[in-house]
Amino acid sequence: MATRIFVPSDTTARALGADAVAAAIEREALARKIDLELVRNGSRGLFWLEPLVEVETSAGRVAYGPVRAEDVGGLFEAGLCSGAARHASFQGRPEDIPFLRNQQRLTFSRVGLGDPLSLDNYIELDGFRGLSRALTMAGEDIVRWVTESGLRGRGGAAFPTGIKWRTVLDTPSPLKYVVCNADEGDSGTFADRLVMESDPYMLIEGMIIAGLAVGATQGYIYLRSEYPLAQRVMNEAIERAHAAGYLGEGIRGTSYRFDLEVRLGAGAYICGEETALLESLEGKRGMVRVKPPLPAVKGLFGQPTVVNNVLSLAAVPFILDRGPGAYADSGMGRSRGTLPFQLAGNIARGGLVELAFGATLRELLYDFGGGSRSGRPLRAVQVGGPLGAYLPESQWDTPLDYEAFAAMSAMLGHGGIVAFDDTVDLRQQARFAMEFCAVESCGKCTPCRIGSTRGVEVIDQLDADPEGNRVLLEELCETMTDGSLCAMGGMTPYPVLSALRQFPEDFTADREPCGSREPV
Amino acid sequence: MLHIYEPERDYATPAPLPEYSAGYAALEVVELTIDGRPVAVPQGTSVLRAAALAGINIPKLCATDALEAFGSCRLCLVEIAGRKGYPASCTTPVETGMAVTTQTGKLARLRRNVMELYISDHPLDCLTCAANGNCELQDMAGAVGLREVRYPEGGENHLQAERDHSNPYFSFDPAKCIVCSRCVRACEEVQGTFALTIAGRGFASRVAAGAEQPFIASDCVSCGACVQHCPTATLMENSIVEQGQPEHSVVTTCAYCGVGCGFRAEMKGEQVVNMLPWKNGGANRGHACVKGRFAFGYATHPDRVTTPMIRAAIDQPWQVVSWEEAVAFAAGRLREVQQQYGRNSIGGITSSRCTNEETYLVQKMVRAAFGNNNVDTCARVCHSPTGYGLKMTLGESAGTQNFDSVDEADVVMVIGANPTDGHPVFASRLKRRLRSGARLIVVDPRRIDLVQSPHIRADYHLPLRPGTNVAFINAMAHVIVSEGLEDRAFIEQRCDQAAFREWLQFIREPSHAPEQVAAVTGVDAEALRAAARLYAGGGNGAIYYGLGVTEHSQGSTMVMGIANLAMLTGNIGREGVGVNPLRGQNNVQGSCDMGSFPHELPGYQPIGDDGVRSQFEGAWQVELDPEPGFRIPNMFDEALAGNFRALYCQGEDIAQSDPNTRHVEAALRKLDCLIVQDIFLNETAKFAHVFLPGASFLEKDGTFTNAERRISRVRRVMTPLAGKADWEATMALSNALGYPMSYQHPAEIMDEIASLTPSFRGVSYTRLEQQGSIQWPCNETACEGTPVMHVDEFIRGKGLFVVTEYVPTEEKVTRRFPLLLTTGRILSQYNVGAQTRRTANSTWHAEDILEIHPHDAGDRGIGEGDRVSIGSRVGETTLRASLSERVQPGVVYTTFHHPVSGANVITTENSDWATDCPEYKVTAVEVRRTTAPSAWQQAHSEFHQEQQRLLKGGPGEVSRDAAEKA
Repeated sequence: MATRIFVPSDTTARALGADAVAAAIEREALARKIDLELVRNGSRGLFWLEPLVEVETSAGRVAYGPVRAEDVGGLFEAGLCSGAARHASFQGRPEDIPFLRNQQRLTFSRVGLGDPLSLDNYIELDGFRGLSRALTMAGEDIVRWVTESGLRGRGGAAFPTGIKWRTVLDTPSPLKYVVCNADEGDSGTFADRLVMESDPYMLIEGMIIAGLAVGATQGYIYLRSEYPLAQRVMNEAIERAHAAGYLGEGIRGTSYRFDLEVRLGAGAYICGEETALLESLEGKRGMVRVKPPLPAVKGLFGQPTVVNNVLSLAAVPFILDRGPGAYADSGMGRSRGTLPFQLAGNIARGGLVELAFGATLRELLYDFGGGSRSGRPLRAVQVGGPLGAYLPESQWDTPLDYEAFAAMSAMLGHGGIVAFDDTVDLRQQARFAMEFCAVESCGKCTPCRIGSTRGVEVIDQLDADPEGNRVLLEELCETMTDGSLCAMGGMTPYPVLSALRQFPEDFTADREPCGSREPV
Repeated sequence: MLHIYEPERDYATPAPLPEYSAGYAALEVVELTIDGRPVAVPQGTSVLRAAALAGINIPKLCATDALEAFGSCRLCLVEIAGRKGYPASCTTPVETGMAVTTQTGKLARLRRNVMELYISDHPLDCLTCAANGNCELQDMAGAVGLREVRYPEGGENHLQAERDHSNPYFSFDPAKCIVCSRCVRACEEVQGTFALTIAGRGFASRVAAGAEQPFIASDCVSCGACVQHCPTATLMENSIVEQGQPEHSVVTTCAYCGVGCGFRAEMKGEQVVNMLPWKNGGANRGHACVKGRFAFGYATHPDRVTTPMIRAAIDQPWQVVSWEEAVAFAAGRLREVQQQYGRNSIGGITSSRCTNEETYLVQKMVRAAFGNNNVDTCARVCHSPTGYGLKMTLGESAGTQNFDSVDEADVVMVIGANPTDGHPVFASRLKRRLRSGARLIVVDPRRIDLVQSPHIRADYHLPLRPGTNVAFINAMAHVIVSEGLEDRAFIEQRCDQAAFREWLQFIREPSHAPEQVAAVTGVDAEALRAAARLYAGGGNGAIYYGLGVTEHSQGSTMVMGIANLAMLTGNIGREGVGVNPLRGQNNVQGSCDMGSFPHELPGYQPIGDDGVRSQFEGAWQVELDPEPGFRIPNMFDEALAGNFRALYCQGEDIAQSDPNTRHVEAALRKLDCLIVQDIFLNETAKFAHVFLPGASFLEKDGTFTNAERRISRVRRVMTPLAGKADWEATMALSNALGYPMSYQHPAEIMDEIASLTPSFRGVSYTRLEQQGSIQWPCNETACEGTPVMHVDEFIRGKGLFVVTEYVPTEEKVTRRFPLLLTTGRILSQYNVGAQTRRTANSTWHAEDILEIHPHDAGDRGIGEGDRVSIGSRVGETTLRASLSERVQPGVVYTTFHHPVSGANVITTENSDWATDCPEYKVTAVEVRRTTAPSAWQQAHSEFHQEQQRLLKGGPGEVSRDAAEKA
């Protein structure tokens, strides 16, 4: 029997040398006349261990990581094929790695287990069970299940998905669309990419179910152009799903139809905002639209449209398979189910952590993340992307819950968590927030278009008139928060004001210059 | 009368329109409170508009009621009880029970701080700014109480951005741009050209024409909508930059095409500073085109002749004389001619550019003072078949709809018209409707812009061969009848059954099948069938047509064929349907209405009818000749025969606009007395003995009637340069002829018209003041006028199907003349170009060009820009050629806006069988490369120079001196 070895194929693993590792394993096996079956699986999201090589043994899979190409010879020597524990990179059974073991993977349960493009593998791992059930249900009932699951928009706005679907369902139109927002642009985020590169059929299944639920027959995945691999994987998966009768006319022998296409963005962060995304998808300039009308009523090409984030749609197959209760059982308060957090920045163990709502930031940072990568004390954490607040340690015990975060002028957003150690200069970070907004503003509304540029200038000039410019900066933040057309300008003040208020020492004229702290 | 300058009230967002489905349901009324005041507005109204309607002014910059709400400026933020945040009132629709607060300390701070951001990137040069006194940014800065800009000096800005002066009429100063996108949206939503965009993003966002080109090099058609809607001095009329803000304005009506746009002439004293489209203009709804908006400078052009002149012969220099002398001279000549050659030896031509009142007076003078019916008008050469054909079939010589009707059309068929060039403001309305889903069929030999342009694509373009209209329209009807798509109930209830049965038998003949006529028309049979199905079955079907229908040997037949088709499908008598001639000149409808035809008195009442005639005889206190007089072509023929010796021609340049120029010129040279009344010494005036200086539309009171039968006021904004309005000149001539006229004001003439014309019975200046405009018929049964005609029954009672046998034109291609020339218009120029050529509009079209298909050009060795000779059996001229696939192989195309082009040297005297309307659209020609102007062009040039000498007195004086010495 052939020896089955898994080498992840997602962008992170590849960036860390997975392709060279895979080639080395093939060479080594050939030289050693080992009957090898090399599987390029997806990543399990344990990025600090990538490339994480796994071998199938009679006792289950055994993992080694991180593996470099030059380690491969030694690995074989050390009994890789039998899952021996002799090599330094030996990690044991992957499911026993605490980082993974302590998660509650509902959405990401399948990720990294097999060849992402293998339909058989997907079906074997409970894939398309949600769809099978959905095909027997009325749209009305699918929407009800999604509502009952408590699923909220995972793109960041946390709007109840079921209510959005209900609006589309109730808006009569011969043509409706499902649009997947895969313009994952938040700093430190990668969960969407991981879904698309490592479990693409799950997204396809979620979108088909959404189509069935609301009566849409065409779906688009709006994918950021910076994800070429995700594009290739998704396109191939769509083609295979089509060939297998999951997409197109008469899904699985029913009378339902659903078509799906991937469309590439052009590098604008604002196109992750749903109305700008729709404009871009229509071939126009990515400008934010006013609401109302809601996209659910008048969306893509003026038709009722579901616009959901990858993670929202990816959560749907589980809900349809196991029932709304199985999903709603996790979580706290009005935040039901799980959120795939993404640990990044100055963190020892970066990667994907899917957890039920209710855990704390501190658990994430230390129990999962293992503290800073630099070894210095952590000082600030930005949660929810570039528009998220900078949280000082005093706030790290707040439960990870939409409402709890909103209460402290912060947000969970898309679950991106970027950690900073004590060398961070929060004044520079505040400036960066304004600068980011200035670079990425679509330019439609005045507070964002002019305000972000002025924000950078005022922060630069803080020392010239500390009193006056601080008032000016706070008023500018107020103008942007209350006056902007969309969340881009409206939330830029979060990182700015949180930095200003939680880290005031970085804003004094006689502050310690950045980076002058002693190394530990 | 509106005489006090005050910008028109802006309600910030458009009135809500319900979704259209088989008629508009009334909108529900929503009740809410704004600042504690109860307000009731239709559902779908924005909070901002509701407030404006209630007289509550919420600050705003990006909102204007001509454009959809955009929500970018964030000045109109309000607080709404029970809602979080500060929603923009422009994009928030009213809801029942809503409690809106528009002024709080918090809102004041937000608005002031937003304004501070604006001003942090805006020049502080208000006192020297062209928009000073008419700047919304300035107004809003005042309204929100901005007192300082606190942002650090030296921040990023656009203050040094380069200006664009490439357009002759307006300038673009990006330094003053607040990126409200009103210009971009106006270009898209109102004009439909999509020439503007925002380039860059974030702080770098800036308005750009095309691909960041100079305006003149972009797709911009210079309609001025962007300038009109710019709230700052960013886009500004050069006239205002140069002269300052106007101090008063007068509402009047454009003197260009048959759309009849309402304008506010914005004035400084007697000087027009700006022409701003009037929001309440029934025809244009606040929009304009490059002609009406900007090309008014001709009115004060140095070429204006402002004194009466006479001369004994056309090789004599002009003598400047007083009005009395000129009129006495003219009257004496006319009477001499009549004494010598008989009462019928003189006649008159009324103008489609002058007012209704003036036209009425000229025909009255011809009939009453000349004592004959030798009166005709330029409609002879454009839409006379419309008058004839629609009168025959429907009962009235006019289009059936108003322009608003297009908003409810589901299928639009444009036949032989090029609205984006000829009727641009209507074209914008049409394109707006097309963008929102109406289907389009274009029937035209050329691929006009409507076939494909930004966000517009015709479902079917049927490029038929010139001259085969009737074969085409019969095939359309044949398909509808043979496939059972006709509206039987409509035909049964509304149409004459006997005539229908006869017609049905005719149209069923297999020879009309599209497959049969394809060989003649060149139109693909399947495409024609599909188009017919669409027109018959696609909902409200509306036909719009132009001179491509009328200017043919079967022009009248085609008009009747169109009416047949509309009746066959029940597409008549309600909004969204109808037969809509797009009339050419500003008052061509009016000139026809006013009795300009030899056989018809005002209101199309036959001169031969004793009852009608006696009524006029009673009113005019004169005996009228019951016999119809000469039509224009008869006048020329009779002149050459020596029977017609004198002509009074008001505001019409027959020497340039009528076909077979050499024939026309020969006829004019034969006249003993030609009296020309015009604002310029036009081509015809070069053959004249008396020149009476005319008054432009800015110099007189009166009314114009547009293509939708809309009578609109023309108001005098400046004193006539020559001292008399045209109606006063006609009066003087009539009085000199011994037929007294003594009107004090055109209103009195309109009263006389109303008293003698049933369809005008209710029209008066008082009512026009009240209503703004009136669509005739306006009488006892329709006292506010009639936007849509033939609603419950046709004017003639039962609609009459007329058999329309296709008879090919005699003008056929031969080995000698293998190409077909067809003629048309271009956006920037108007008709003979006398007005537009004397404005900067020539920037866009400095000469007439021959469009030729690359195949035909290749066969003849013709390259882009080559001078080519175009010869027909009657004449030859030369133009520069442009290779274009807009025309099909075998067809060449040009315009006739420049006299030296001599387009009508080539066109023949072939004409419509019923009305003598010339067949301008079909002339067999040959085209070849050449280097020299044609013989006619050389002669024209010499004659022109000679006439200029005779006008200026100098060399003319010399020659007279020389003659005396001799």
